[in-house]
Amino acid sequence: MAEVKLFGTWFSPFSRRIEIALKLKGVEYEFIEEDLSNKSPLLLKYNPVHKKIPVLLHNGKPICESFVILEYIDETWECPSIWPRDPYERATARFWAKFFDEKCVPAMWKVCWSKGEEQEKLKEECTQLLKILESVLSGNKFFGPGENIGMVDVTGNFVAYWFGILQELAGLHVFTKEKFPNVGEWIDEFHNCSIIKENLPPKDKLTAHLQARFQAVAASK
Amino acid sequence: MASCVKLLGNPHDKTERLLKANPVFHDGQSICESLIIVQYIDDARNNGPSLLPSDPHDRALARFWAAYIDDKWIPLYKELKETSTEEARKEIIERICEGLILFDEAFVRCSKGKPFFGGDNIGYLDIALGSYMGWLKATEEINGRKFLDQHATPSLAQWAEKFYSHDAFKEVVPKTQKLVEIDKMVQGSGKPASGC
Repeated sequence: MAEVKLFGTWFSPFSRRIEIALKLKGVEYEFIEEDLSNKSPLLLKYNPVHKKIPVLLHNGKPICESFVILEYIDETWECPSIWPRDPYERATARFWAKFFDEKCVPAMWKVCWSKGEEQEKLKEECTQLLKILESVLSGNKFFGPGENIGMVDVTGNFVAYWFGILQELAGLHVFTKEKFPNVGEWIDEFHNCSIIKENLPPKDKLTAHLQARFQAVAASK
Repeated sequence: MASCVKLLGNPHDKTERLLKANPVFHDGQSICESLIIVQYIDDARNNGPSLLPSDPHDRALARFWAAYIDDKWIPLYKELKETSTEEARKEIIERICEGLILFDEAFVRCSKGKPFFGGDNIGYLDIALGSYMGWLKATEEINGRKFLDQHATPSLAQWAEKFYSHDAFKEVVPKTQKLVEIDKMVQGSGKPASGC
């Protein structure tokens, strides 16, 4: 029986982050693909509060919430460290990871599914968020810290990959390289990083999956 | 520990407010978001016990519940303030109380028979929940009903009493009556009170 198991989905940016972290640490794990329309009894048992993926199971003990899991992975398998060791850099990293998850992901997801006045407000909100990212990346290739790609960049995976596909399907141009050149360069570097490239869902498969969801929503109205 | 709590101020101000008005400075660098600040203080300490448990799984549990308190439970108070119909208010209060039942179970698990979430001493999760107890008491008084009581949440109610009487928090956690007055004042101005 595998010591480490990860409950996730192939298309979730949150479970993909955990996979990258485990691979960076060289930890072998068993991936359990969940059907979110029919969640398994094990998932519901291991995450009774949120009933969501990802859930990491280590020696039979569950850990839930992607950011909590990422800190757990760094503290349990110590080398190489994936979060900064310096307290200030670690606090900054936590701040930007939270910014991605609590500000960027909800706004950039909702803007693609909304209409009319609500969409206009969300477009403005997304623009303001992208302006913040643009200014942070001024003079920096990555969120790092330092010169190399780090876990903060990995937690930005929704912005760097999923959002581009979603906004195209929604017919939006909230992010363009012309409007946000620093973010554009960061996205290019993100895609050039081998461990990230190997752990992104294939573009055509993800596009088809998201397109099917758009069509399902349109059909239900 | 006392300096950590005093640094928190109103521990659940949101990011924009902190960025504008209340960053914490350490050696000329700023840190924002209250729980991030608490973790920074813990990481940067040179001596003394950690605010987080030593076991990685127990640390993950503490972080999980702190995130739940911050992201799911505290926003209910703002929702309550912005809701005017009696039926909708009842529903939100029920959700607040359901959260307290979850915390009661979490307390039994995390404390392992000791007085605090952190064990013998106050820890990260005690701070995350305890810092909001002032507003919980004020909200109880404003709404004329107890949320935290001996019957539904016996372990948590005992913890709350110990927390309130701890020296580190007596000076910091605002008095209930003061918060009720602030709430009345703010309701009169039509804006939500800070921290809720």
